[in-house]
Amino acid sequence: MIGAIQERVRALTPVADADLGRMLRIRHFERALLRLFERGQLNGTTHTCLGQEHVPVAVSGLLDPDDYVFSNHRGHGHFLARHDEPHALLAEIMGRAGAVCNGVGGSQHVYHERFLSTGVQGESLPVAVGVALRLKRVTPGRLACAYIGDGTWGEGSVYEALNMAQLWRAPLLVVVEHNRIAQSTPTTAQLSGSIAGRAAGFGVLHHRIESVDVNVIRAELAPLAAVVRSEFRPVVAEIAVHRAGPHSKGDDTRTPEELREAAEGDWHPRYAEAFPEQFARLDEEQRAFIARMVDDVLIRPASEWERP
Amino acid sequence: MRVAEHLNEALHALLDADPAVHVLGEDIVDPYGGAFKITKGLSTKHGSRVISTPLSEGGIVGVGAGLALAGDRAIVEIMFGDFAALAFDQLLNFASKSTTMYGRRVPIPLIVRCPTGGRRGYGPTHSQSLQKHFIGIPGLDLYELSPFHDAHALLATMFARQNPCVLFEDKVLYTRRICRDGVVDDLFRFELVGGWARVYADGDLPPDCVLIAPGGLTDRALEAMRDLLIDHEITCVLLVPERLYPLDPAPVMQVLRGAGTIVVAEDGSAGGTWGAEVSRLLHPELWASLSGPIRLVSAADSIIPTAAHLEREVLVQADTIRRAVLA
Ligand SMILES: Cc1ncc(C[n+]2csc(CCOP(=O)(O)OP(=O)(O)O)c2C)c(N)n1
Ligand SMILES: [Mg+2]
Repeated sequence: MIGAIQERVRALTPVADADLGRMLRIRHFERALLRLFERGQLNGTTHTCLGQEHVPVAVSGLLDPDDYVFSNHRGHGHFLARHDEPHALLAEIMGRAGAVCNGVGGSQHVYHERFLSTGVQGESLPVAVGVALRLKRVTPGRLACAYIGDGTWGEGSVYEALNMAQLWRAPLLVVVEHNRIAQSTPTTAQLSGSIAGRAAGFGVLHHRIESVDVNVIRAELAPLAAVVRSEFRPVVAEIAVHRAGPHSKGDDTRTPEELREAAEGDWHPRYAEAFPEQFARLDEEQRAFIARMVDDVLIRPASEWERP
Repeated sequence: MRVAEHLNEALHALLDADPAVHVLGEDIVDPYGGAFKITKGLSTKHGSRVISTPLSEGGIVGVGAGLALAGDRAIVEIMFGDFAALAFDQLLNFASKSTTMYGRRVPIPLIVRCPTGGRRGYGPTHSQSLQKHFIGIPGLDLYELSPFHDAHALLATMFARQNPCVLFEDKVLYTRRICRDGVVDDLFRFELVGGWARVYADGDLPPDCVLIAPGGLTDRALEAMRDLLIDHEITCVLLVPERLYPLDPAPVMQVLRGAGTIVVAEDGSAGGTWGAEVSRLLHPELWASLSGPIRLVSAADSIIPTAAHLEREVLVQADTIRRAVLA
């Protein structure tokens, strides 16, 4: 709590247009999705990353095009920070022409270049270890980066993967977006001990980042990524975030106090306050861009898929 | 009353009646009450016997088996039935085997509940109907929720067998009305015979076709039957078993003997299906009275796409069943 208060009063460092613009692009993308849902124009389900957009923007600044990224159910930000292709992602989510995976995978199952997501929690970590081992052999210096949530630490595959990664020196960067909740269950009710302690149990390097400042997160991650690349070893980077929106859509049962706390931890109003002019300019740019993008995708025909 | 509320009521009643009953699952406690709200109110009323768990499907099925082994009765909800794959080892190599592998009968009263099926646009890892993958495991019984069978009685039946059971619950069925007092709608009636629901338009005539399907197919089977009757004057009887495996066809053998055409429909993907198992049981018994081989309807041999227009092509629709009957 004291840490959180200190964090709130600490000033944000000046932010590059490219970073803030991307964070806002993702924010507008996610908001557009929720609006489309409300209007009944989106089928199925989706998990937005509202409040967590700055994490993949910070991470992606450290990635090489040859690195692999493994994403999860809350993956739109992970994708858009790495691939600036919102049209293709929205088309995927809406099953329209130009979709990254022909509308087959949808929001949670995207495979594009070296980005892969899947909807079964924890499943991707051992796969990331396998990919990392090949990268180490074939293109040393490249890594596999896997995003997981705090709740996913319930899955046994996470531990099997960490053990193998450390044992076999796999260049694996695990980015934990610790938003203190899994669907409706607070982390305190589903995780004993700590993520730091769990990583320590395998001898895996761990570092926790408390900041919402995209520069600070990237600066703290940079030496960790360098260790992964040069020493061929896994690192767990745990980043404290807040889930500013519902788990999927309209399923938020948090108390008003918890919601207020989550809103206070959101990077968005803090950047708006710290850099009013830059923020307003970029926000308007991104709002307009995403609005045009949505209109463009909405008039596209249904995606086509040739069933194997 | 909707099927979801009815099942919720049955769980309440079970917890009320038996202090040994425990319910475990991800996000099942109030106020959330589970991803499909089937466990709504249970934790408020029954406190520590209703437990929200970490994301640990294999673990929680193992814990359920342990509770059951030691004298409790456990119900484990798998948030999406797809993730029962993560608990397959616990079911295959521990829970089901333990009932017999120690050289004597060991009761394991465990129910694993699996919200199942597509038609909601949840995509390839959240839409599957995995029944067929659990067929043929000695000591493991498979059941499926239907709008006809009383959920209180169903839960009691499952626990009474003292075997681990998997209960498949179609996610769209949750939103449908339960059928009671033998009435389905303006056209169809039903009766329960030895664990089977027999659904018919006219009770007297031997039907042209008998349709066998798990409860999750009910809406599409009825739509097909209505069309066939009205447009083609083909009469069908629908048979819905509460227990999919091991299947006991004896109570409906009379009905089956009267039909030249039998169609078995299911939501799983083609190949190695439940229908193949049903045919294996029925063909020797009915060979003489059948006009042709039993016809099998299933989803395509395919993953289940997310986009609605693609998902529709893969999954069983009323029309898929209608065409199989007309074929
Ligand atoms: C194996 C598995 N179990 C359950 C789920 C359903 N589910 C999807 S997200 C989620 C919560 C994940 O929490 P966390 O890892 O903290 O990520 P967050 O949603 O907070 O980003 C659950 C239970 C799933 N997708 N996969
Ligand atoms: Mg979380």
